[in-house]
Amino acid sequence: MEHLALHISNGILNTPVWVGFMAVAAIALVICVQRGRRDLDDRLAPMAGLVAAFIFAVQMLNFPVLPGVSGHLLGGTLAALLVGPWLGAVCVSIVLIVQALVFADGGVTALGLNITNMALLGTAAGYLLIAALLRILPRTLTGLAVTSFVASVVSVVVAALGFVVQYALGGTTDVSLGGVAAAMVGVHLAIGVGEGLITAATVVTVARVRPDLVYALRRAPLAPAGQPGSITSVSAGGAA
Amino acid sequence: MSMGAGHAHPLYLDRASPIHRLPPEVKIVASVAYTVVVVITSRDAFWAFGCYALLILGVAALARIPPGWLASRALIEVPFVVFALLLPLVGGGERVTWLGLSLSVEGLLGAWNILIKGTLGVVSSLVLAATTPARDLIIGLDRLRCPAVIIQIATFMLRYTAVLVDEARRMRIARLSRGYNPRFLWQARALAAGVGSLFLRSYERGERVYLAMLSRGYTGRMPRLDTGGASAAQWASALTLPVAAALVAATALLQG
Repeated sequence: MEHLALHISNGILNTPVWVGFMAVAAIALVICVQRGRRDLDDRLAPMAGLVAAFIFAVQMLNFPVLPGVSGHLLGGTLAALLVGPWLGAVCVSIVLIVQALVFADGGVTALGLNITNMALLGTAAGYLLIAALLRILPRTLTGLAVTSFVASVVSVVVAALGFVVQYALGGTTDVSLGGVAAAMVGVHLAIGVGEGLITAATVVTVARVRPDLVYALRRAPLAPAGQPGSITSVSAGGAA
Repeated sequence: MSMGAGHAHPLYLDRASPIHRLPPEVKIVASVAYTVVVVITSRDAFWAFGCYALLILGVAALARIPPGWLASRALIEVPFVVFALLLPLVGGGERVTWLGLSLSVEGLLGAWNILIKGTLGVVSSLVLAATTPARDLIIGLDRLRCPAVIIQIATFMLRYTAVLVDEARRMRIARLSRGYNPRFLWQARALAAGVGSLFLRSYERGERVYLAMLSRGYTGRMPRLDTGGASAAQWASALTLPVAAALVAATALLQG
């Protein structure tokens, strides 16, 4: 099987809930578009497109989580690291919209639910953790790698918990909430580890070669490798 | 994978049919409206779902999409089918016995609800995808007044997906021609480094293309080469599908 759906399908949740979350997602997306437009400069415009393309492409590679269950990248943390939280949420939303329309992955009526979980909750949780961890951890590539990994795992689990809340509000079936929550969190912890590794590997490579492209490092760049804490001494070493 | 020329996508079927010729925005509206009607229909109106299925299969036939193609692509639903099949076994409430199995009535109805609405929604999306190249979908979203930032990022996404796929193939050939083919867990480091450099190489290509576009007068929006939106007749013919579905739904509601 080349491609399995893990996005919420049509008919899983009842009408008041999907209509309500469609409204929530639409309002939040308008805010993200407005805030994101301010960020969108000559560097971020192609970057936002590439981040969306990267998430889109990597989502086609499913990795096995359990027998019969496969997962793929959600991408919220990667997007938040590279293009910031507002454009990041827009990028992930676009991936979800195109997948619902072009690949029939995720129901059209469930788009509000999927966008709320993966694009809004996932990106927001990822970005809050990135902001906090980058302040606490040493400003090195290792610190950035740990930040990316932890933020990814937590953001994927938060996105999964979003579904649990939606299911509690309007599940069309009577499977127990505890069962749904345990299955969702368990599966998504495993997905989160895979996602964390991919995110950390990608962001660390980008930060090493083109640190100017990492949105999360714009205000406070990393210390240069090998010379922790001494940014000014680089000029003595000659050209990089 | 043929994401290069014309930005088609793997689900696009190149045919000459009246559905293919419809402008993308009317197809998007018709497909979404049809799915909404299906999803809000009460699950006990069994005959209504039969009518919905006939309607969408009729459109698929008009679009010259083979039924076998639809059936195999609809397998994307399998995880939800597995979930649905478990429901009658684990569900509570009143039970019926069937072939020696004790099944929950509530669970059966829940499973039916997920299966039929999920399947009809997938088929509706598949008909849209099979008849509309990705580039046209973006044009359709643009004509439906989707915000410019979303259209811009989505346009770049489609272009860069092709760049990424090509770049990944080049890197794979380069790696193989140097006699290295990592496939075990302890070689994951090489793959991880590969993912990072794939991203960077694609970005730097994309950045060059973007700057070239800017220098040729790109202002955040692709020039429109077409003559404008859909005609009233095209809207009317495409909206036949959701309107017919809505009539079925209204009848089901009055009877229910």
